[in-house]
Amino acid sequence: MKINLKINGVWKEVEIDPSDYLLDVLRREGYLSVKKGCDTGTCGACTVLRDGYPILSCATLASTCDGHEITTAEGIADEMEDYIKILAEEGAEQCGFCSPALLVMLYALKKEIENGKVKKTKEDIRRYLVGNLCRCTGYVGQERAIFRYLGVE
Amino acid sequence: MREVKKSIPKKDSYGLIRGLPVYADDLAPKDSLVMKVLRSPHAFARIKDIDTSEAEKMKGVHLVLTYKNVPRRIITRAGQGFPEPSPYDKFILDEYVRYVGDEVAAVVADNERIAEEALKKIKVEYEVLEPVLDFEKAEGHPSIIHPEEESFAQFDIGRDPQKNIAASYQMEIGDVDKLIKECEEDPDCVVIRERFYTQAQAHAMMEPHASYAYIDMSGRLVIVTSTQTPFHVRRQVAMVLDIPIKNIRVIKPRIGGGFGGKQALHGELLVSYAAWKLKKPVKLVYTRKEVFEATYTRHPMRFDVTIGAKNDGTLKVIDFEVLSDTGAYGEHALTVLMVAGSKTLPLYNKVDGVRFKGKVVYTNHVPAGAYRGYGAIQGNFALESAMDILAEKLGMDPVELRLKNVIREGETSEIFKIMGEGREGVEMIIKSCKLEEAINRGVELSGWKKKRGKKEKNGSKVKGMGFAVAMQGSGIANVDMGSAIIKLNDDGSFNLLVGATDLGTGSDTILAQIAAEAIGVSSDDIVVYSSDTDLTPFDVGAYASSTTYVSGNAVKIAGEKMRKLIIKEGAQKLGVSKDEVEFDGKVIKTKDGSKSVTLKDLATVLYYTENQKQLVADGSFVGPESPPPYAAAFAEVEVDTETGKVDVLKYTIVMDIGTPINPNLARIQAEGGVVQGIGMTLFEDVKYSEDGRLLTNTFMYYKVPSRLDVPELVVEFVESYEPTGPFGAKSVGEIGIDTPPAAIANAIYDAVGVRIKSLPITPEKVFFGMNK
Ligand code: FES
Ligand code: FES
Repeated sequence: MKINLKINGVWKEVEIDPSDYLLDVLRREGYLSVKKGCDTGTCGACTVLRDGYPILSCATLASTCDGHEITTAEGIADEMEDYIKILAEEGAEQCGFCSPALLVMLYALKKEIENGKVKKTKEDIRRYLVGNLCRCTGYVGQERAIFRYLGVE
Repeated sequence: MREVKKSIPKKDSYGLIRGLPVYADDLAPKDSLVMKVLRSPHAFARIKDIDTSEAEKMKGVHLVLTYKNVPRRIITRAGQGFPEPSPYDKFILDEYVRYVGDEVAAVVADNERIAEEALKKIKVEYEVLEPVLDFEKAEGHPSIIHPEEESFAQFDIGRDPQKNIAASYQMEIGDVDKLIKECEEDPDCVVIRERFYTQAQAHAMMEPHASYAYIDMSGRLVIVTSTQTPFHVRRQVAMVLDIPIKNIRVIKPRIGGGFGGKQALHGELLVSYAAWKLKKPVKLVYTRKEVFEATYTRHPMRFDVTIGAKNDGTLKVIDFEVLSDTGAYGEHALTVLMVAGSKTLPLYNKVDGVRFKGKVVYTNHVPAGAYRGYGAIQGNFALESAMDILAEKLGMDPVELRLKNVIREGETSEIFKIMGEGREGVEMIIKSCKLEEAINRGVELSGWKKKRGKKEKNGSKVKGMGFAVAMQGSGIANVDMGSAIIKLNDDGSFNLLVGATDLGTGSDTILAQIAAEAIGVSSDDIVVYSSDTDLTPFDVGAYASSTTYVSGNAVKIAGEKMRKLIIKEGAQKLGVSKDEVEFDGKVIKTKDGSKSVTLKDLATVLYYTENQKQLVADGSFVGPESPPPYAAAFAEVEVDTETGKVDVLKYTIVMDIGTPINPNLARIQAEGGVVQGIGMTLFEDVKYSEDGRLLTNTFMYYKVPSRLDVPELVVEFVESYEPTGPFGAKSVGEIGIDTPPAAIANAIYDAVGVRIKSLPITPEKVFFGMNK
């Protein structure tokens, strides 16, 4: 079947199988920042935004996204330049496999904070990001960067 | 020092954070055929019959591999230098399957869906055999896991496959039995005897193992794979497929974490064989379930520890007896065992006698392999828990007991010479050891004196403090070799080519910093390319905490040579002798300042106009020794007396790693190591069903630490300088993981008086301990 997706601001008609997950479709279409770390919706590496809200693309059927807007790390990297710089300065991306999804989540988190939906405290931020596993850094360096970027004391 | 001891961003941060396609699965050609593997449902079985005809008939299926149509050559997949100290006990595919998840057959098809369909069409008839699932009953079990005649070891590793023993080892300094007896009979002495268990841990790196292979324009086999050891992969694939090494190229792209789990081979043998046969690109990406079920784990171990000491706390004798479970294959069987002694026992180098002996048994579990801190973390849990027990028995502060006995700068341990990794070690006088300083600093930072033994209560929760020290190594002395090539570009920048393998650690970056420091230029002007067997010089790869020390020293040698070349060519250009010029990183000028040429101009001239040549420098290094980094760690925990749940509130670790080449990257390594260690201590556990099926095969059932499990983490490096290291550096990759099991167990004892001797420390164990 064919579906229409607005990926990173550009409409695309994509041929899919009804049983395809969004993750596989996006990777097939060349959005390779979307990573497959598991297939049980438990690592967060496949996080993308659908209409601005984070979803796990490995647990979302592509067919349910017809007509929706999808945002991946490729689409927001320029806007997130400041954070990217801070994370690199902290040296807090190690293997980097979890980094693009964290970038996507942080983008969504920032909007949620702006809209007053999430409080700008360390605890609330940690809870918001808890589904994004990282096996390398122990999270502490990531959080130094995130708190610095968001201006959390 | 201008370029080292400086926190510059990682060289690959641009691409990693933005999600550029840099990992194996991202880079595989779009038209790659897809391989899927049929895995054994039985813990131990012989394939009586296998019928692949239905699968082969399917549209879109290109190849079906079974033990009947792949080369039968035995190897070890361990990913170590040659000759390997691991037994050769694995075929690409075999008629025996030795654990649930072992490879039975592989299908290559147009896409994943067809490959998976085809797997279902393969009919296998198994003769199910009695599995060995309890490692304490493996020796002499009626089921022999490796009955094959071909398996062997490259040299004596104490293997006895008829008894399911993959390796064994023994060493003794002094007469240990006599010393223990004397201690027992002496009223001025105490003896403790304790048994400890450590569990299997899964690496759980975020990127599943992935590899693809294709044939290049010269008909050579190219393998792109998430590996920590590209040169070992090349050698081992060459050996199994009987293709000359010259016809194989292995490239490691960026890899999504390894922690030792990608030191050994995984899918490379199968994809290589399929690509070679089909002359088409073939890729194999493991599912997360396969990563859990069919790669490697940490070796579970049992320790019997005896320590004898004088009442004043002077250690007299230590005895370690170890049983280790290597699972179905013997990757790293001997080396991990030996490290359980060689990277722990020298901490207490002033004993009169010390003995280490152990056996490594085969079982029908997922094979054990290299895992960050291998052997050391297991041994550390046993030794440092035992030291805490001893301190209590002596009525001494555990810190005082350590300060009285730990190794100091200028001292040695006979163990260094006797125990290496899989063979003899090397003599080594410790040239840098700031463990005492680290302990004292940690006492301050953690509030040890104020907090320990106070059992501060907060409702049903009680606080406690625990302490442990640790050591590691920096590469395998006299075995690990690293090398580097540096060439000058026409704009005055340099290419640094290294075989060293960055698995996310930032080693490309710190090697660039070392090169820059040695040449005397900015690290911005160093362009790094690593881990490609065609284009970069040899390196053993990333394991055993070797990259900074071993590869770093090779880079330093190459950098110093390059500096000399620049001065020589600069002097010639200026028409003076080389003693008359100096190089400040940008300009080569005469000491009197009368003549000068910029490096950029010199480089352009050398390329295009006068005295034309390419400046190239190389360096190789083998560690004549393996200087240990050290750590002193303090855990503050809170135990809920109603549930047994343990929360780590604060973890303070002070480390001596020599010079941190890049303090930020070193700190992240330390933090990441500690958190993995906390995971192993409190909840990570590889569990099997009664018939040997892995139960913990998803992140749902195998919990790795999330950001909510991380305590306040205080990491500090003490000033230290290792004279044999590059600009004073030792290593940092593994030392961080070693201390949490013992430090946290000791803290729990301080809080609630429950001594947990088997990992992980689950709430049940603590709860039952309190209510015994
Ligand atoms: S791939 Fe792990 S949550 Fe989607
Ligand atoms: S940096 Fe490797 S998983 Fe996060």
